[in-house]
Amino acid sequence: MMARQSALLVGVGGQGAILAAKILVTGLMDAGYDVKMSEVHGMSQRGGSVSTQVHWGEKVYSPVIGPGAADILVAFEKMEAVRYAEFLKPGGVAVINDYELPSSTVAAGLCEYPAGCLEAMQSHFRCVALNAEETAEKLGSAKCMNVVLFGAMAKALNLDHIDWEAVIRRVVPEKFLTLNLAAYRAGREAVR
Amino acid sequence: MKQHLLSGNEAIARGAYEAGVKVCSAYPGTPSTEIFENLPQYQDVLYCEWAPNEKVATEVAYGAAMAGVRSLCAMKHVGVNVAADPIFTAAYDGVSKGFVIVSADDPSMHSSQNEQDNRYYAKFARMALVEPSDSQECLDFIKAAYDISERFDMPVLFRTTTRISHSKSLVTFGEREEQEVIPYERNAAKFVCTPANAYRNHPKVEANLAALEEYGNTCPLNKLEMKGSKVGVITASIAYQYAKDAFPEDTSFLKLGLTYPLPMKLIRDFAAKVETLYVIEELEPFMEEQILAAGIPCTGKRLVGRMHEQNPQRLRQELFGTAPETVDVGVKAVSRPPALCPGCPHRGFFYTMSKGKDFVVTGDIGCYTLGAAAPLNAMDTCVCMGGGFSVGMGMAKAFKTTGQKKKVFGVLGDSTFFHSGMTGAAEILYNKGEMIPVVLDNSITGMTGHQDNPGTGFNLQGEIAAAIKIENVLRSFGYENVIIVDPQDLTAMQKAVDDALASPVPAAIIARRPCLLIKRISHDTGLCVVDQDACIGCKKCLKVGCPALFVKNGKSHIDPNQCVGCTVCAQVCPVGAISRKETK
Repeated sequence: MMARQSALLVGVGGQGAILAAKILVTGLMDAGYDVKMSEVHGMSQRGGSVSTQVHWGEKVYSPVIGPGAADILVAFEKMEAVRYAEFLKPGGVAVINDYELPSSTVAAGLCEYPAGCLEAMQSHFRCVALNAEETAEKLGSAKCMNVVLFGAMAKALNLDHIDWEAVIRRVVPEKFLTLNLAAYRAGREAVR
Repeated sequence: MKQHLLSGNEAIARGAYEAGVKVCSAYPGTPSTEIFENLPQYQDVLYCEWAPNEKVATEVAYGAAMAGVRSLCAMKHVGVNVAADPIFTAAYDGVSKGFVIVSADDPSMHSSQNEQDNRYYAKFARMALVEPSDSQECLDFIKAAYDISERFDMPVLFRTTTRISHSKSLVTFGEREEQEVIPYERNAAKFVCTPANAYRNHPKVEANLAALEEYGNTCPLNKLEMKGSKVGVITASIAYQYAKDAFPEDTSFLKLGLTYPLPMKLIRDFAAKVETLYVIEELEPFMEEQILAAGIPCTGKRLVGRMHEQNPQRLRQELFGTAPETVDVGVKAVSRPPALCPGCPHRGFFYTMSKGKDFVVTGDIGCYTLGAAAPLNAMDTCVCMGGGFSVGMGMAKAFKTTGQKKKVFGVLGDSTFFHSGMTGAAEILYNKGEMIPVVLDNSITGMTGHQDNPGTGFNLQGEIAAAIKIENVLRSFGYENVIIVDPQDLTAMQKAVDDALASPVPAAIIARRPCLLIKRISHDTGLCVVDQDACIGCKKCLKVGCPALFVKNGKSHIDPNQCVGCTVCAQVCPVGAISRKETK
């Protein structure tokens, strides 16, 4: 029986982690896995820290995990990687967007954005770091940043028996398809 | 068989549709809201609506069940407090057709003021309790809940938690089964709750519950999963999923779906088959207390916490002392609390409130509760829906009796005004309250994700509906001076506050500007920029608490991706360094 796998996608409300999670679960469902997904709505819509969990395997029970149980952490913002690091298994992989989004507390001068987030993650975990924002802008729109990160995640997950490009074709609206396929490929490229 | 990845809430909506439900009423509240957002797709065969509050929603749905059709109402856990009055009477009177009340509880308070365990409402009001543990069960169990309601003549409390309502799992659909219509006939002895009728009805309720307990011993919602004889676990709801992950493979489970009344015979038989019995439940020891009271030894809350959400790793640690292996990366993230959005109409009002030294602001439930956060720090209390007005009334009376010179502003939103603010507005006027009621009218129910309400002019289906004007309500009560102001104009906002305080006749303020996230209207957005040469680095603009503003190298900057050009920061700048470019 295939052991259950867990992915934790974290970021800031409005960064588009939901679309990345949707592509992931659609592909996993196609491949015949039992899938569960969990996210918290409500207050998180107002610029707070957000997380989405995706779990798959032959049979999945809990839709949520506690500390030390995620196989992969995908951080859409680098301080969020640090915030959720304790959820990652000691041998887990982190895909980190090398991008800084100050919290309202930092912007108001109440505290400082912590230094060395990326370096701290890199010294404790196998990490894939990329500036998905910059990559997305080069491709034509910062909005496809989420799919760039998805590409990196898909490569890091080694789920190559799933045709992710076909999944993206089904999930993403026609008029954004070319952009998002390019974003997906650019994300994969970032993982060596 | 085609499978769909659905949230529990989506599956409940589908289940209600398949069960042949005809009338549905709810008030939005996280984590229950999406149930009703998913009902209009079935409007060809059922009626659904947003009611002004949970009590009204419950009464509407109950009325339909008395009239002979299956009905549904849904609310968040604290909404059941609002609806408790009709629920307790419905439990005595029973139904003609199935009546299901969904309570979506919020362990860990992801977006709530408490984590009350609403299972106790079933025991308290004397009605059936059904708890699903995933989305498929949300669909299947809601259909079963209607059968239980009709067979045992009682409302059914259908209880989810955030992780049931908002987690997505695989679901297989069934077909809708239309229900036989029961022609209506008056039955006053059953449905008129006079003391004499209630006295006669109560014994029927107890007899029905006893019959339901008997049914629970064989009911398919309660499932035995026998593995080993060493350890047995009695569990229900989301705790079942956590326990399946936390306990070893050879553990036996009694997984309950009908959790009140508890099937004590089934539980006793299960207990006899295992050496050690655990009862695993999130929050309160609801099942454990009853099982212990029945004289069946078991272990639960002695090990497992009664606060906050569980998960498999926490459960394993509490039960077996095995801490998960984690890594401390040595860097600490700073908090990223939610904030009023850039361009939020509430910002101008709370900034104005933050300037008043002797101002006391009694707040309410909604996006505007964020006015309490730094740097605005412009709220003193937030208790419950509608409390913004009446809590302020009590404070104003207290200040008067103790001679404290405070100016009290009672604050709530447009949806909250219709929910339970109107009674507070009557109270202030009737009892000569020396305070200013303020309605922050952003023309939508914001925090729950944009639902319509009696003031917006649209209904749940998105059709045009009566738009009740808040100013007309207040004026008809007797507020002779209703000041309507655009809160984004700080000068006008300050003047409205000064005028209301100086008013010789009863005054109220409506701070009106639509939420920028409303899609059906166009918004006048732009972009503000900081002239870096003019900026003196005084940081006054940061006091408005806008997420688009930040300081770099001692000067203010505006993130063009977030700014919408509302100009509140520009109005605060003492040197005019911030200006608006007309187009973004």
